[in-house]
Amino acid sequence: MRLPLLAAALVLSGGMACADRPVLTVLTYDSFVADWGPGPAVEAAFESVCGCDLRLIGAGDGAALLARVRLEAGRGTTDVVLGLDTNLTAAATATGLFAPHGITARTDLPVPFDDPHFLPFDWGWFAFVHDRTRMPDPPRSLAALAGSEARIVIQDPRSSTPGLGLLMWVKAAHGDAAADIWRGLADNIVTVTPGWSEAYGLFLQGEADMVLSYTTSPAYHLIAEGDDTKAAAPFEEGHYMQVEVAGMLASAPQPDLARQFLEFMLSDAFQSILPETNWMYPAVTPAAGLPEGFAGLHVPERSLLLTPDEAQALRDVAVQEWLDALAR
Amino acid sequence: MVWLPAATVAGALVVLMLGTLATVLGQTGLPRPGAADLAAMRFTVTQAAVSAAVSVLLAVPVARALARRRFAGRAALVSALGAPFLLPVIVAVLGLLAIFGRGGVLNTGLGAVGLPPVGIYGFHGVVLAHVFLNLPLAVRIVLQGWQSIPAERFRLAAALGFGPRDVWRHLERPMLRAVVPGALLAIFVICLTSFAVALILGGGPRATTVELAIYQAIRFDFDLPRAAMLAAVQFALCGVAVLLAAVVIAPAGAGGGLDRPVQRFDSAGVGLRLWDGLLIVLVGLFLLAPLAALALRGLAGLADLPLSVWQAALRSVLVALPSAALAVGGALVLGIAIVRDGAGWRGRGIELAGMLPLAASSLVLGTGLFLTVFPQIDPARLALPVTTLVNAALALPFALRLILPDLRQLEATQGRLARSLGMDGMARLRLVTLPRMRRPLGFALGVCAALSMGDLGVIALFAAEGGETLPLQVYRLMGAYRTEAAASAALLLVGLSLALFWLFDRGGRLDASA
Repeated sequence: MRLPLLAAALVLSGGMACADRPVLTVLTYDSFVADWGPGPAVEAAFESVCGCDLRLIGAGDGAALLARVRLEAGRGTTDVVLGLDTNLTAAATATGLFAPHGITARTDLPVPFDDPHFLPFDWGWFAFVHDRTRMPDPPRSLAALAGSEARIVIQDPRSSTPGLGLLMWVKAAHGDAAADIWRGLADNIVTVTPGWSEAYGLFLQGEADMVLSYTTSPAYHLIAEGDDTKAAAPFEEGHYMQVEVAGMLASAPQPDLARQFLEFMLSDAFQSILPETNWMYPAVTPAAGLPEGFAGLHVPERSLLLTPDEAQALRDVAVQEWLDALAR
Repeated sequence: MVWLPAATVAGALVVLMLGTLATVLGQTGLPRPGAADLAAMRFTVTQAAVSAAVSVLLAVPVARALARRRFAGRAALVSALGAPFLLPVIVAVLGLLAIFGRGGVLNTGLGAVGLPPVGIYGFHGVVLAHVFLNLPLAVRIVLQGWQSIPAERFRLAAALGFGPRDVWRHLERPMLRAVVPGALLAIFVICLTSFAVALILGGGPRATTVELAIYQAIRFDFDLPRAAMLAAVQFALCGVAVLLAAVVIAPAGAGGGLDRPVQRFDSAGVGLRLWDGLLIVLVGLFLLAPLAALALRGLAGLADLPLSVWQAALRSVLVALPSAALAVGGALVLGIAIVRDGAGWRGRGIELAGMLPLAASSLVLGTGLFLTVFPQIDPARLALPVTTLVNAALALPFALRLILPDLRQLEATQGRLARSLGMDGMARLRLVTLPRMRRPLGFALGVCAALSMGDLGVIALFAAEGGETLPLQVYRLMGAYRTEAAASAALLLVGLSLALFWLFDRGGRLDASA
């Protein structure tokens, strides 16, 4: 009887914080805090300079984060929220729960970025990833994909941020003709998944020729698995971007530490952790450059990104267009 | 003596389920469902009804085959058949696709002999997956029914020269009338809240369920009243199903026996033996081939799993044990009260309370709990207690369904004697109920422990630093490109779940010769 109790005590004690140092609470998405994510290294790096205890709390995925912030409604201990994307920031700002960060930062994003409430920490281009050995000659545009026989798997824009990103991609590239593109894509879509993980899993298992992911996805396979068969298909319309941002809450119990963390977030120590843990482009290219595996990645000539307000205004219309085209 | 504890447990369940819903709803009234919601409801009910019907239709012949055959490895097979039920959804789907998918074994085989591939995506895919996930439960509920027919009945049937058809008419059909509605009900209600399976295998937004609409309402729209309305719809559908089942369910009439091992004199024919054998092999293949595919993928990486996955595994086991005890204890308390009341309204009400958790939307439940404790208590500090409690509540209906037929039988056979001896309360529980309920209780404990291992439930909202459970780790691995490691962690999860299940199930059957 004593052994299970002891084990329980050990397991339960994992969440306790040290008493004497100030605690900075950062709410983020699940894959950020995982052992194999950026979390552990970020925590060690920041704690070595801040004299504080950094608590990284995983709360589901990007879409779940904003819901969690709204549930807390400024009554919680959260200081910083890390992991929203620009499709969500308009809604986030409208809650009035976020405070201006007051930091002027230089970033290496391919588009100008200036938001009084949010700072970018990493970004990527959405792309359809395929296996070169199975599909040597992928379609070269969204329009060509819609007219092709390729079988793709995508994410549901009602439950997933990449799924929503694809809606915005089609909207940004084709405007009023977006519905036509979706009607063309309907017969290419093998299935729609609730989130990125399921879609990517189906693709790896050979259920589809292409999956909606990022231009950086092949870097994971190359660097971590030594596998160079995965590639992102370059599309002529340009590629829509996902910019991941962080912001501090107006109710932050530790506003100074929160601001210090946001500044640290754009420093080399934090940014150099990201490429090989989050598999995205860091917002500020580290002094030592990007890892070698990133060199061969496709770099789109045109970057598409709607402003947060445009994205917010278009969302409901775009989701309805998508539903109408796919639910025939 | 019977009513107070039962009312307490039932009340706690109702408060947990409907109270959280009311918290999510807040101060506003329930909004009206829109056209898209009605379409989602139609699809949800249709797929759940068809999935339940197909699962139980298949389960009856399979359970009969298992009930009347004895072969080496039978016990192991019966245990292993439960595995699909315990898998995290996405893992089960990937296993299923390894067999039935575009690049799966089936289509590779068809292609090799020049036949066109079979598509899995569509309504039939949803039903196939739900049958894969729930057939084991149906088989076990129905098998339990068969095992409750006393050996003496079969001896008498043999003495009267009954053939298989007569046994069917006089023994098996009445038993099925008592057992089948409960099995249909359980699977229908489970499938009501399906979300990822329906969406992935349904092939797109045509397969939108109510639970997906709840996700959208909470996570993207933050429209809590709408989420509460949709969750209320799920509860209402569950309520209708429980009442319908209650009308159809007939108490078993097999009577008592002396617990001799069952001998089947009616099923020695060669044709019957072949038929039963074929059924067992086919269902075994259907349920175990996807698992084998998972095991093959996961085995190699098992040793390389990061330490945090093993810690999460320990944490999950520590959550599963008290969860299972709570769930089965609660179900026993409810079950005793239900059978004591016969067909009265109090019994029906308690049964409905015991089934409610099946129809709960885990997202609404989690959100409601979060709003209840927050901001008085830091949710992260409650991660494991809340997970334990919620898993117990969510597993309780399964335990209830599994023990209810035996409790009914026990009431029918021993109830009068116990009452005439003035035996009640603890004495009756200790001397009559527990000894005779060992097998179903052990089985229910096993199922609940395994379910608690596998359930992701509400942990996400309460997740703490270092509070991850094993299913959550599986999802995190998948979310970080680590599909191989995820397969290994999933294998660990299935292995541990099965081990827990096997331990309890075995414990319940010690010194039982059948």
